Amino acid sequence: MAEKKCCCCELNSEKLKRLDQIIEEHKTMEGALIPVLHEAQELFGYLPEQVQQKIATGLGCSLAEVFGVATFYSRFTLEPKGKYNIQVCLGTACYVKGADKVLEKLEQLLGIKAGQTTEDGKFSIQDTRCVGACGLAPVMVINDEVYGKMTPDMVEGILAKYN
Amino acid sequence: MGKVNITIDGVNIEAEDNLTVLEAAKQANIDIPTLCYLKKINKIGACRICLVEVKGARGLQAACSYPVSEGLVVRTNTKEIMDARRSTLELILSNHKKNCLSCSRNTDCELQALADRMGVGDVVYEGTAEDEIDDLSTSIVRDNSKCVLCRRCVAVCKNVQTVGAIDVAYRGMNSKITPAFNKSLGESNCINCGQCVAVCPVGALTIKYNIDRVWDAINNEEMHVVVQTAPAVRAALGEEFGLPMGEAVTGKMVAALRRMGFDKVFDTNTGADFTIMEEGTEFIERLKSGKNLPLITSCSPGWVKFAEHNFPELIPNLSSAKSPMSMYGALLKSYYAKKNNIDPSKIFVVAVMPCTAKKFECERPELSATGYPDIDAVITTVELAKMIKQSGIMFENLEDEMFDEPFGEASGAATIFGTSGGVMEAAIRTVTEVLENKSIDKIEYEEVRGNETIKEAELSIAGQKVKIAVVSGLGNARKLMELVRDGKVDYQFIEVMACPGGCIMGGGQPRKIVKEKAGIDVRGERRKALYNEDKRLPHRKSHQNPYVKQVYEEYLEKPGSEKAHHLLHTHYTER
Repeated sequence: MAEKKCCCCELNSEKLKRLDQIIEEHKTMEGALIPVLHEAQELFGYLPEQVQQKIATGLGCSLAEVFGVATFYSRFTLEPKGKYNIQVCLGTACYVKGADKVLEKLEQLLGIKAGQTTEDGKFSIQDTRCVGACGLAPVMVINDEVYGKMTPDMVEGILAKYN
Repeated sequence: MGKVNITIDGVNIEAEDNLTVLEAAKQANIDIPTLCYLKKINKIGACRICLVEVKGARGLQAACSYPVSEGLVVRTNTKEIMDARRSTLELILSNHKKNCLSCSRNTDCELQALADRMGVGDVVYEGTAEDEIDDLSTSIVRDNSKCVLCRRCVAVCKNVQTVGAIDVAYRGMNSKITPAFNKSLGESNCINCGQCVAVCPVGALTIKYNIDRVWDAINNEEMHVVVQTAPAVRAALGEEFGLPMGEAVTGKMVAALRRMGFDKVFDTNTGADFTIMEEGTEFIERLKSGKNLPLITSCSPGWVKFAEHNFPELIPNLSSAKSPMSMYGALLKSYYAKKNNIDPSKIFVVAVMPCTAKKFECERPELSATGYPDIDAVITTVELAKMIKQSGIMFENLEDEMFDEPFGEASGAATIFGTSGGVMEAAIRTVTEVLENKSIDKIEYEEVRGNETIKEAELSIAGQKVKIAVVSGLGNARKLMELVRDGKVDYQFIEVMACPGGCIMGGGQPRKIVKEKAGIDVRGERRKALYNEDKRLPHRKSHQNPYVKQVYEEYLEKPGSEKAHHLLHTHYTER
C-alpha cells in the first residue's frame, strides 16, 4: 500500500517518540492493542505500516495480528484522511433512505472509494455506522459540519463549497 | 479430576468433567463432524459444523467448545441438527472455489469428505470469493478462494510456532487470512515450515510443487540427475501407499527412485554424517575455547530463518555447518563430480525432503560454494509420492534395493537426524568418542528422545560436564532462546527443530490430521521407524562411516579444514 503523506501526519520523529511512550504506558496491560491503536491513530491521523510495525514489536505481537485488528474496526484507517473527511452514514435509517446512492455519487465525483483519500489530500470518504441523527436521514458529515436529508443531486453543490 | 454423568443420543456415559461434548461423544461411539476444530490447537467454534442440541440451551451449540456438566442431555442426530449442519456446509461451499479435479488436495480434502458424509446437494448460493493466488513464496502457495476461514493455520502459525506470519484481517464477507498489509507470504516473516499447510483442511494452503522441474531434468539426456533423500522421508512415504506405519520404506523408496529414471540414488544421511563431523568438530573447538556457547544446531531451515528474524544476537551461536542436504549437494558438485569426471554444470541435484522450508534453503544464494547451487530442486515427501503414482510404479510390491555405492553409505546416527533429539544424539555419539579417544558402547541417549517439548540432560564427557538441551516447535524454541539470550541458562549445546516432533512431522510429510483423528500416534510411529533403522545399520556413529573417512582422506583433509569450511560451512543474515 503506497503511503500518502499530508501536512498534518508526516511521521516526524517527535510523533514516533510519543508513540514509544504510548506503547510503554500500555505494555503491561491486558488487551493493550486496541487502546494503543486508538492513540496512535489520534497521533498520526492514520495507521501506516511503520506505526503498526512499531506497535507489534513494542507489544510483542505479530504485525499480521495488528493489521488484522486495524482492518477489522472501521474506526481505524490505514490511509491518511483528507483535509476534509466526508463521512456518509450507512446506519439502518440512512441506508433505507438512500444513503448508498449518496455515497455512490460522492465516489463518482471524487474518483475514490470509501476508505480512500484523493491524490491531492483534500478529500477522504468514510462510510460510518449510525451517527445518531436518524431524524435527518440520510446524513453526511464533513469534518464537523452535518448535512441532513441528503439526495445525490445535492452532493456536487456541497463539494463546491470546499473547493 | 471429577466425573459427570451425561446422556448423548440416549446413551448414558460417565465422562471426565474437563471434556467438551465433542470429546465425550467419542466415548459413546459418536463421531460429531468437525471442520475448524483441531485438538489442542484450535477450539473456537467458528465453523458451526459440529452443531448439537443441548437440552435447555438456546439454539444449537458447537460441540467442540461446549463443556460437559452433570446431567447434560445432548442430541447429535436429529433432522433439525443435520439440516442445520448441511446448510452451514452449503454456505461454506458457496464461497469455496470448487475446482476439485485440478486441486492438489483432491481426494485428500476434509471439506470434500464432509460434503460426501453429509450428502450436500447442489450448492444454491453464490459466493463472492475471488481468485487471489499468492505463489511468490518458495515453499507455500496460498489460494484464498479455497479458504474456509477455519483459522487452523493462524492458530498453528501464531500460537504453536509463534511466527505470526498470517492472521485474519478485515471483517464479515471481506474477512480473509493474510500476511500483514496483504503482502505475499514470500515477503513476510514466514519461515516456510509448512505447519499451516499440514493443518489446512482444504487446498487454500498447499506446498509449492517442483514436480515438473524434476521430470524435465530427468528427461533431459544431457543432465546427470542425482537424487538424495532425507531420513524422515523413509519414515512416512509408505503411508501414501497404505503400508503399515512404524517401518521405514527405505528399500522400496530407492527402488522407486531408480525406476523413475534418476541416474544415481543417494542418501542425505551421508550428508548428515558429514554434518556431524563438521558440527562435532566445531562443538569441540567451542567447548575448548568457551566462545559462542551454547552451540545451536542449524540443520532446520525453518529454525534458521526464525533465528535470523527473531534472535539476531544468537546468530554467532548457530553452527556454521551447512545442513546435511546442502553439504551433500556441495560434495556432489565438487568431490563426486571430479572423481567421476562429470562436469558439475551438468549435475542436477534433487533433494527429497520432509520439509517445505528446504525449498527456501535451496534458494539461498550463499549456498553455492562450488560456483553452482548446492541443490537444484527440492521436492517433499508428498511430491515424491505423487511422482511415484504418476509413474505407475506399484510401490507396495517393490523389492528392496540399496542406495548407490559408494556414495550412499550412511550411519544409524544420520538416520535419527529425522526426529527431534536425533541430531543431538548423533553428535554426542561422535563427540564423546573423539574426546575420550575410545569406543563407547552406550550410544542410545534416552534423555533426548520422546515427546517432551524441551528435553535436557547433563552428560559427562572426558571428565567435563556438558549440559545439552533439545527443543522442537518454534514456540518452545522461542521460550528457550529467550532464556539463553538473557543468560538464564547455561547449556553448551542445543538442538532446535522448527516442527513439533522434528523433521518426521515436517510440512512436506503426508497428511497427519485424519490419521491423528483416528487415534494413530503419527509422531510416535514415524519416530519408531527411524530408531528401528538406526538399530539395524552396521555403523551407528557418523565417524565410522567408511566413505566419510575416505572423502576426508582424499579431498577434505580433515573436519574443520580450510577446504571443508569453504565447501561445507555457511553464514547467516539478520532479517
